[in-house]
Amino acid sequence: MNEELFQKMAQSIIDGDSDMAESLAMESIAAGIDPLDAIAKGYVVGVNQVGESFSCGMAFLPELVMAGESMKLAVATLEPEMQKRGTERKMLGKVVIATVEGDIHEIGKSLVATMLGASGFQIYDLGVDVPADKIIGKALEVKADIICMSALLTTTMVRQKEVIEELDKEGLHGKIKVMVGGAPVTRDWVKSINADGYSEDAIGAVNVAKQIMGV
Amino acid sequence: MTKKIKSITNPKLKLEILTPAEVKQIHDATLWIIEKVGVRFPSEKALKIWLASGAEIDWDRKIVRAKGELIEKALKSCPPIYSLAARDPQQDLPLDGNHVFVGTDGCGVEVIDIENGKRRISRLQDVRDVARIADATEEVAFHWVPVSAQDRPPETRGLHEIKTIWENSSKHVQTESIYNEREARAAIEMAALIAGGKDKLRDRPVLSMMQCSAPPLAHDGGSLDAALVAAEHGIPTGFMTMAANLTTGPATLAGNLAVGNAEVIAATALLQLAYPGAPVFYAAAQTASDLRTGAYTGGGPEDFLYGAAGNVLSDFYNIPLSMGAFATGAKEPNWQAGIENSLSTFMASIVMSDMLLGIGFLHGSRIWSYAEMMMDCEIFSIIHKTMQGIVVNEDTLALDTIAAVGYGGNFLSQKHTRQHMRDLFLPQFMDRRPYNEWETKKDNAPDWALAKARKILAEHQPDPLDEKISLEMGKIIASLE
Repeated sequence: MNEELFQKMAQSIIDGDSDMAESLAMESIAAGIDPLDAIAKGYVVGVNQVGESFSCGMAFLPELVMAGESMKLAVATLEPEMQKRGTERKMLGKVVIATVEGDIHEIGKSLVATMLGASGFQIYDLGVDVPADKIIGKALEVKADIICMSALLTTTMVRQKEVIEELDKEGLHGKIKVMVGGAPVTRDWVKSINADGYSEDAIGAVNVAKQIMGV
Repeated sequence: MTKKIKSITNPKLKLEILTPAEVKQIHDATLWIIEKVGVRFPSEKALKIWLASGAEIDWDRKIVRAKGELIEKALKSCPPIYSLAARDPQQDLPLDGNHVFVGTDGCGVEVIDIENGKRRISRLQDVRDVARIADATEEVAFHWVPVSAQDRPPETRGLHEIKTIWENSSKHVQTESIYNEREARAAIEMAALIAGGKDKLRDRPVLSMMQCSAPPLAHDGGSLDAALVAAEHGIPTGFMTMAANLTTGPATLAGNLAVGNAEVIAATALLQLAYPGAPVFYAAAQTASDLRTGAYTGGGPEDFLYGAAGNVLSDFYNIPLSMGAFATGAKEPNWQAGIENSLSTFMASIVMSDMLLGIGFLHGSRIWSYAEMMMDCEIFSIIHKTMQGIVVNEDTLALDTIAAVGYGGNFLSQKHTRQHMRDLFLPQFMDRRPYNEWETKKDNAPDWALAKARKILAEHQPDPLDEKISLEMGKIIASLE
């Protein structure tokens, strides 16, 4: 009986059907299924399958994003039940993500947030045009493992450096790793500002984050 | 020194990419978007102008919803024809619908070093070198800031860049890398030094400005403020949409055109509401995002279709167009670069886009390559030649000569041949040598193109900018540092 529900859950992720993912989550709570089982045996199976299809060129970026968003909604729906049971989903790491101050470009940052979220990271997305102290403040508040910063302009890219300098000054850079991205960001830039990771696209960012966390 | 600028004019080739009814459909869709969905204008100055014009404002989200009549009425005051002035008046560029001009692309962040061939972060010296080489070519009609002067402070970088271009070329400068009011005002002060005062700058805009929208359906506050300052001073100003299928626009081409069009015409209307009659242009560099990575592709069939559609839309609004062409996604000057840059430029040229951006880049406008720069010039020359089409008249039918040669034989020694042989295209970077010669040398177009760029850089002496003006420009920049 549960097996059938788990399969439907996986399928809702594969179909990128967030409404279905949500209603199945509610159904599973009503049926008394452990939310951690619903995630591990249901939704995650779907996420993995979409990931595999993507790897062999059968699925494309929009399908990954839709799977990620459906997963996010399913987990959010299960969240109250997890709290009630005093259980918690084991995450790969906590990530604070933002587009730097003076820069309003959102899409790359949001794509990375979705991909990391779908891959099992806890995401704190601060949005765009976020000053350094706010980024670092949030990272300290939630005990983040990684700060991710996006910039699309060469004139705002320098803000990435400022955040890293601030972390260095406070002696936090060892504890909090920094990933950067954005169209003007190059390997040389990453090296010069002493960032810990960088990717040219959202899929690559997941691997970089996993490497940083050693998983 | 060349004073001649190569432009496509009086073309014989034509293409109907969209019927008038289809253009009207896109226009109606665009007005629906602006009225019902709205466009984000995160600038207090811009929002106040919209408010005074009777648009509906959502102040919290900075969204403007304007009725179609308001937009259409505002756009009516756009001047349909004007010229971009050059420091050297012989190199002025009439944007009259009968010329296609090419600029350098921008604004990249890395350069393949002209000497050692290694990729590195761009600096002011590169802006100088590109400007000098572009100044010497017939193909480049105007400059964009090719690469970012990352060795200069971010707050005045855009000013160092245009100063350097003016110092190294007498052609028109269009900057796409000034996007705040403070720098825009300083840039206009600098341009006024060349024109001989702000009033004269209106008549002879030696500077124009391009701002990017932030698709979907949004603008950047600094860009809007900079554009308003430019429009106030009669500096030709354009908004460019880069809305891309899948990511910043819908997956369908028509829908993506409507999104991009809404961004561009809403911002253009804003400038007209503030300063009726200000010279404006439409700018677009739409493309599809890659299905696998979501990256901006800068090539492919969608790109080519957008290249031709842009001018149909800008013609509908009766304003000049600056169209994204070239800008291959290829990592080196190769097969992909050749295909993408040729087809995108052909499609944008056949509809007579006024300005084409631009030559010189690899990896989707990120890495400057001097070899690609020279080869892009050749691509434009090939298309320039192709656009002239086939001329049919008594002279070109050559009946007397055909009769004189008769059967067998050849036309090599005919007077008619001598008169017309130089009409035929002679490539600089295509390998038409005997196979054996290639086999011995194994060199190729990028080698020849790079050698040409090096030669120009070593030899070309641009018309110098008056040292006093240079000094004054330096002071303006220093006052902001």
